[in-house]
Amino acid sequence: MEEAIRFAAELDRFAGVRREYLVKREGLTDPGYGKPPRTRTLEELIRCGVVNLDKPPGPTSHEVVSWVKDMLGVSKAGHGGTLEPYRGGDTPRCPESCPWL
Amino acid sequence: MSGVLPVALDQATKLIGVVTHSSKEYVALAQLHAEVPVEKLEEVVREFTGRIYQRPPVRSSVKRVLRIKEVYEIEVLEREGALVLMRVSCQHGTYIRKLIHDMGEVLGVGAHMRELRRTRTGPFREEDSVRMHELSEAVYLYREHGREDRLRSMILPHEYIVSHLPKVLVLDGAASALTYGADLAVPGISVVSGGIKRGDTVAVMTLKGELVALAKALMSTEEVLANDRGIAFKTVRVVMERGVYPKGWKKKSEAQQ
Repeated sequence: MEEAIRFAAELDRFAGVRREYLVKREGLTDPGYGKPPRTRTLEELIRCGVVNLDKPPGPTSHEVVSWVKDMLGVSKAGHGGTLEPYRGGDTPRCPESCPWL
Repeated sequence: MSGVLPVALDQATKLIGVVTHSSKEYVALAQLHAEVPVEKLEEVVREFTGRIYQRPPVRSSVKRVLRIKEVYEIEVLEREGALVLMRVSCQHGTYIRKLIHDMGEVLGVGAHMRELRRTRTGPFREEDSVRMHELSEAVYLYREHGREDRLRSMILPHEYIVSHLPKVLVLDGAASALTYGADLAVPGISVVSGGIKRGDTVAVMTLKGELVALAKALMSTEEVLANDRGIAFKTVRVVMERGVYPKGWKKKSEAQQ
């Protein structure tokens, strides 16, 4: 129980929140089943993990996800909220007369 | 546009919607089409803080109807002539490009967005983020040289995706029942975080810290502590696979034998 509360507090710290934990019922967990998240193997992490990526400005969010998928050899991946690819305003945009640029 | 883009892998993919629908923070560079006095800018910044009406821009992925979005804070970081650098924290689905355009209209001079960088989405922040080439290097070190440390530091357990949610820790038997879609009743609860209100989305975890499911609170923290029975959380999304924990319950037919 203490182990899980410690991990929950670690998650809270990551998210920048503070929470108190109130015990309703003292509990034990059978060490024969499941496994604490911090003891997962790297391959296990790749199958159920998340990468906090810094998206570069050029590609679309979708392209970035596709690269990460190939890189790590996973069949599925998804991102948390689209960041549009193009840069605004000061990027020269091609008028219709010169689409080859 | 650059910045924080959490990418969920494989089994974690179904969880990432939680982040999509959480609050965001951006640093944006606005180009005003003429200089304006500081007081005027500050006034408009105040006007665009709080609940605002916004029609999504032409290039957008949602229906273009007027929507109400909440802007939590706008802070002007720097000003140089008609250029304004600002930090905006807002509800998900707020278009910053449109926000700046609309601010320009109200200022009377017009404005457009020149640069945008997302500095936070839900629990994921810029200072913890990794670049594409760093990830690619770490993958190379792992695949070609068997070095795990770098890649391991970059792939967070999927529990981090819901790290900003209130948490409920449950007994082994309850964890198993939840994976079959059962709702969480009070006797299965070991620990609850404070401040849960009815209707809140919570992360249900085992006593080892593994994420079992996302659930909607039918009881507040106080109600969970005060009651000995009843359904406290309605299971919304099961994350853990079945069979990780043994069944602590029996079917009616089995119980009767």
